[in-house]
Amino acid sequence: MFINGASAISPLPVFDALTKGINFEFLTAAKGRVAEPDYSNLIDPKLIRRMSRIIRMGVVTALDALKQAAIANPDAILTGTAFGCLEDTGVFLKRLVENKEEMLTPTAFIQSTHNTVGAQVALLLKCHSYNNTYVQRAHSFELSLLDAQLWLTEHAGQAVLVGAADELTDYSYSLLERFGTFKHQCGGEGAAYFLVQSAASASSWAEIETIHTLYQPTEEELLELVRSISAPAKEQPVDLILSGEENHDEKAHLYMNVKAAAGDNIPVVNYKQFCGTYPTASAFACWLGAYWLKTGTIPAGWGPVMPAKRILIYQTDNLGYHSLILLKAC
Amino acid sequence: MQQAIYLAGRGAISCIGNNVAENIAALREGSAGLGPIRYLSTVHAASFPVGEVKATNTELAQMAGWSGTNSRTSLLGFIAAREALQNAGLWENDRVKQQINGKRLRIGLISSTTVAGMDLTENFFPAFLENAAAGKLRYVRQHEAGATTERIAAGLGIKDYLNTISTACSSSANAIMLGARLLKAGQLDIVLAGGTDALSKFTLNGFNTLMILDQQLCQPFDKQRRGLNLGEGAGFLVLVNEKTAALLGGNYTVKLAGYANANDAHHQTASSPDGTGSYLAMKGALEMAGVEPAAIGYINLHGTGTQNNDSSESTAIQRLFGDRFPAMSTTKSYTGHTLAACGALEAIYSAVSLEEQVLFPSLRVQQPVIEEPGVVVTQLRQVTGLRHVLSNSFGFGGNCSSLFFSLT
Repeated sequence: MFINGASAISPLPVFDALTKGINFEFLTAAKGRVAEPDYSNLIDPKLIRRMSRIIRMGVVTALDALKQAAIANPDAILTGTAFGCLEDTGVFLKRLVENKEEMLTPTAFIQSTHNTVGAQVALLLKCHSYNNTYVQRAHSFELSLLDAQLWLTEHAGQAVLVGAADELTDYSYSLLERFGTFKHQCGGEGAAYFLVQSAASASSWAEIETIHTLYQPTEEELLELVRSISAPAKEQPVDLILSGEENHDEKAHLYMNVKAAAGDNIPVVNYKQFCGTYPTASAFACWLGAYWLKTGTIPAGWGPVMPAKRILIYQTDNLGYHSLILLKAC
Repeated sequence: MQQAIYLAGRGAISCIGNNVAENIAALREGSAGLGPIRYLSTVHAASFPVGEVKATNTELAQMAGWSGTNSRTSLLGFIAAREALQNAGLWENDRVKQQINGKRLRIGLISSTTVAGMDLTENFFPAFLENAAAGKLRYVRQHEAGATTERIAAGLGIKDYLNTISTACSSSANAIMLGARLLKAGQLDIVLAGGTDALSKFTLNGFNTLMILDQQLCQPFDKQRRGLNLGEGAGFLVLVNEKTAALLGGNYTVKLAGYANANDAHHQTASSPDGTGSYLAMKGALEMAGVEPAAIGYINLHGTGTQNNDSSESTAIQRLFGDRFPAMSTTKSYTGHTLAACGALEAIYSAVSLEEQVLFPSLRVQQPVIEEPGVVVTQLRQVTGLRHVLSNSFGFGGNCSSLFFSLT
């Protein structure tokens, strides 16, 4: 499966990376909010004003990925979101409590539905294709990608728009902070969409070679999977690992063992230091890996000496979600 | 030739019964479960009839054998999912049975929900709004949709594959559709697919702001319809592919022969006047099954009772079937609109219609939207030769899905 268009909005300004490059800076704000680009080239400002942040960044990255691949009307639109539209959910809940269930208005409720981002993309494109939204925590993006892969095996020659979006709100920050989520890592958010097809094209970024999800596996099951993914590539080893490891991560030993199982002395970049921590951060990592494979611009000292050919993305969390995505240069 | 996907087990809980048998008995008796709000704490208790599952959370926890703080959504989902596994002969020692004839089967849980743990979150929120450090965290731990599925999966002992879909009112139809695709691809051996939603203040007030709630008992597919009644519940189906069916040795009578998901791309909440999304979903399901419209004997309608849905859906049906309408009815006149659960609940009712050759009537219809006599079923009808039925589920965001069931 080839990524023939890719777009991301993240706390790290990356939306215009193809033309402007990336100035890598570690995220320092506790609430890592996305750096929003100038949307006016891509979408009617009147529409933008009505959209919450998650809808804006989702819709705009989706349109951008389509534009790159010159696809007007995708054959499927698949979206992963762990939290859904939190801003509108919070607004409606607050008014519901404060107004004691009286005098409420529909806008926030309408936009709070989990499938709003995918639906808004379809609405803007007038796209009647298959449309689905996956909401399984830190697997939300990966399950969307797996559906894209399955769809392309079922429907030869088609084009699938697939991505993920999650937003960090003041309410969710307060709550997740109380759960200890941000003890060692800044909070984050972001959106990334990809246009994927079975064949490469002039606009290709990278090939997605494998996607795997595991839920509460034993460590041996996990490492066996990592070895099986890395093993066939002996002639072309994994050049870089984009790792979801956080600062002082309780799972540091797992990340270390996964790295060792993937090969000897593979350089590692911890991507959450750029985008913050959130369940669909692997979509940002997928974008970053594809960007590095397309442009060959991994900052000196972070990656292999030779241009990277294969990048492995691995993330896990305290709930037992593990995922592996292997990207290959094309 | 499409590989067959069989219905190997089913479980249901709704306002018309705590299991499939009770649900079917109520449908046969024409007995709706709608009425004044008794369990949900809301200022609108006297204003809107709803379809509540007739049990407190404590009673549901006893049925489930659960302790601790649990979302009503998780409780309902677990009770229906467990029944589906029991019905399929896949429940042993209080957990899913994974070894069949010495073979370890890969089992997936694909749930769906729109409100998830919102019933707990909305109780937590008043204190939290006063003070961000207040409120007991155990009440928001199940807020996320994926968290309710995790809780259900933990209760069932399923770890191989967990997924949750949230596409509003078409959610569980999409869960069933994905399950079938994963089984055909051989990625899983057994799929437990369905959906669950508890009634919450959030949804009741949300639908109220849209002014589509009926203050009386709803009259879906009637010209005088005024809106919908919300319901709650859960439905789960055990789906198996041909390989697993052979291994289990079950004598399955109903198969999922087609399905399609299309987007209306008209409006965030309203359906298009020409019913494009629903038309494409029904047409796609028929095409996959390789069956002409004339072969369809019955449609379990989405049929919510809103002006907009019933008009759009009947237009789409007219586009597809011309003037050769199949029989149709909407069981939401018994259960209310159970949101993420309705696709799975109505899939179960549709399967029973096929097996028992019976069409359950729409209740309270006086002037049917489709006037041709006998098309909108208003009396329990025993039939012969019913082989194919469609079940429709349409949702916010233009998400339209149709499932096509056939006798094997």
